[in-house]
Amino acid sequence: MTGRDAFLGQPPQAILADPRRLRSHRRQRVVDRTVVGALGAAATLSVLVTAAILFVLGTETVRFFRQDEVSLGEFFGSARWSPLLGSEKHFGIWPLVCGTALVAGIALLVAVPLGLVTAIFLSEYAPPRVRATLKPALEVLAGIPTVVYGFLALVLVTPGLRLVFDGLGSYNAISAGIAVGVLIVPIISSVSEDAMRAVPQALRDGVYGVGGTRFDAAVKVVFPAALSGIVSAVLLAAARAIGETMIVALAAGSTPKVTLDPTEEVQTMTGFMVQMALGDVSNFGVEYFSMYAVAAMLFALTMGFTLLGAHVRRRFREAYE
Amino acid sequence: MTPAAHTVVLLDPARLARARRSVAARHKRERAFQWFCVVVASACVVMLGAIVVGILAAGIGSVTRTFLTAPPSPEPAEAGFYPAIMGSVWLLVLVAAVTLPLGVAAAIILEEYKPRRRLSRLAHGFIETNITNLAGVPSVVYGIVGLTAFVSMFGLFGNELNPALETGAGYYDQFYNEADQVILVPVAGPDAPETVPRAGMRALNAEKRPLAANIIGPDDPWPDDPAVAARTLRSTDFSGRISERTVFYLRLPLGRGLLAGALTLSLVILPIVIITSQEALRAVPNSLRDAALGLGATRRRVVFRVTLPAALPGIMTGAILAMSRAIGEAAPLLMIAGIVFITFPPGNLMDDFTAMPLQIYNWAQRPQQEFHELAAAGIVVLLGVLLVFNGAAIVIRQRFQGRGS
Repeated sequence: MTGRDAFLGQPPQAILADPRRLRSHRRQRVVDRTVVGALGAAATLSVLVTAAILFVLGTETVRFFRQDEVSLGEFFGSARWSPLLGSEKHFGIWPLVCGTALVAGIALLVAVPLGLVTAIFLSEYAPPRVRATLKPALEVLAGIPTVVYGFLALVLVTPGLRLVFDGLGSYNAISAGIAVGVLIVPIISSVSEDAMRAVPQALRDGVYGVGGTRFDAAVKVVFPAALSGIVSAVLLAAARAIGETMIVALAAGSTPKVTLDPTEEVQTMTGFMVQMALGDVSNFGVEYFSMYAVAAMLFALTMGFTLLGAHVRRRFREAYE
Repeated sequence: MTPAAHTVVLLDPARLARARRSVAARHKRERAFQWFCVVVASACVVMLGAIVVGILAAGIGSVTRTFLTAPPSPEPAEAGFYPAIMGSVWLLVLVAAVTLPLGVAAAIILEEYKPRRRLSRLAHGFIETNITNLAGVPSVVYGIVGLTAFVSMFGLFGNELNPALETGAGYYDQFYNEADQVILVPVAGPDAPETVPRAGMRALNAEKRPLAANIIGPDDPWPDDPAVAARTLRSTDFSGRISERTVFYLRLPLGRGLLAGALTLSLVILPIVIITSQEALRAVPNSLRDAALGLGATRRRVVFRVTLPAALPGIMTGAILAMSRAIGEAAPLLMIAGIVFITFPPGNLMDDFTAMPLQIYNWAQRPQQEFHELAAAGIVVLLGVLLVFNGAAIVIRQRFQGRGS
């Protein structure tokens, strides 16, 4: 006989007064609290992860700046990054930032037009059946491991670009940038498509009512109305491009330099971290801790873009209805 | 303007012609833009097709039996993918075991237990924003955090080579006697004094079966009976110290082993699992919850008997997609494990390991063409696994679509 069956057929007063019921009720409360506590602990873990990230990056970066060879002024003021040259060590972050910006900039040049036009097509033009094939295809494109893109950049994009740029080196910013661009197209297209679909149909109908075409509706009404979502999509994609690692580790090279020439070999922040992880660097040298300082910089940059994207979406959203 | 004026304006032939031209131009622009959209959007699909076909063409020929079962080798023709495949399988199991319970639990509390008090509402909102932001942290940053938090454990437990805590490892002094037989003597630990052969000591044969060692002096004659000779040692024989790790070998700090890699990867995947599970729970119609509550079910019963089962297909789809992200992720593992030459699949949780994307990176970064072919073959295997995963997700999604609503 289970707990509930014990009360079957008894008058309500008897059930309410039955001590077994009270006991079971109390037990239920204890179980309830335990379950909620366990679930809550799982959710709190995510806060702990954030705290751990901040703690690790913070303490190790402080340890880096405590070393004699480095100073904050040099880190942010110098354009030479050569942590591995025995006596000639220089820790100026700008070459790595510049390499990152170059690759991410090329990626955005590729991905923003492609992604936005795809989003407009999906949201405004595509018949349901086309949409039903194109969207999963984009999802698959987003699911391909980045090491695959890196390999393709190395063996497919670079040789292909040699037809345009004579004597292009094996490692260069442009092939890595193009590969990263392809990688982030799905982010831009799917987030901005969501934003455009959220624009109410009434606005489009209004355009048709005054004699506008679908082009007019898409470009002159829907696009501006969804602009906050689109901008945040681009910022999200930029954060992803800045943090992308395997493609640049394979295709961009490992020479930190300040340049805007896309055919040159560059090193990004992520590329430097991979180089350090692969090398036999002692665990306690200044160059080892420089890895944490670069990671902190990378974290700050991507977090900045992510938060800015969230802010833009909230602050500038055109609310309808 | 009177109606008459309107008529005059519309019937003005010059204006009429201009209006017609403008309509025609606009329709032309409309069609041109539509075609432009079609071309660009299909470029994405074409790109996808080109990637898959190109890789298949380059790599499928190298996916042989040897490739799937052999360890990597400096000789491209003999190199294989086996330790990497097994490493990825181990990682996948561990990551799933860590992230799925935690992720689903967090999603349940965030979606099903909406708080009413102001303070807990604030905490709730903070956690949700925090998870979204964690999903945007580059995976390589998680790798470097894992390096400190898991590999060296903040230096709290000594260093990797001299771990503070260790279980599941057996240490032996290994003798080779004159009959070329192995005799093992278990010792307490890596720093135990060297064993001197003496009568009555605990001794094992090569298969770890106990044997009664027959100890003779340095100048005594060697026994004739081969059965006795096999367990005979001279009292002056020297041994070498060996260690054997069982499957349950554990140590703190974790070092650059499998578990450190899996935990780091779990950090990368956890926000994704939470977010997809939240979406799955959100998709369960409220009428189901209301009906259960109306029947007198407690909130816990509603969650575990109604909402969770209804959301399960969605959660599974999300979980599979998160796992396919885990299986392709290379950057955090690269920070933890580096590129090491590994010929065996992992034997315990602390073992050195490699994984499919790591091995692919290892081959791809070499300049030789032969290694690039191996990388392509590895990519074929990896994409094949991902295809199976995605297929499973699609099947689950379609089979259960619309149920319960």
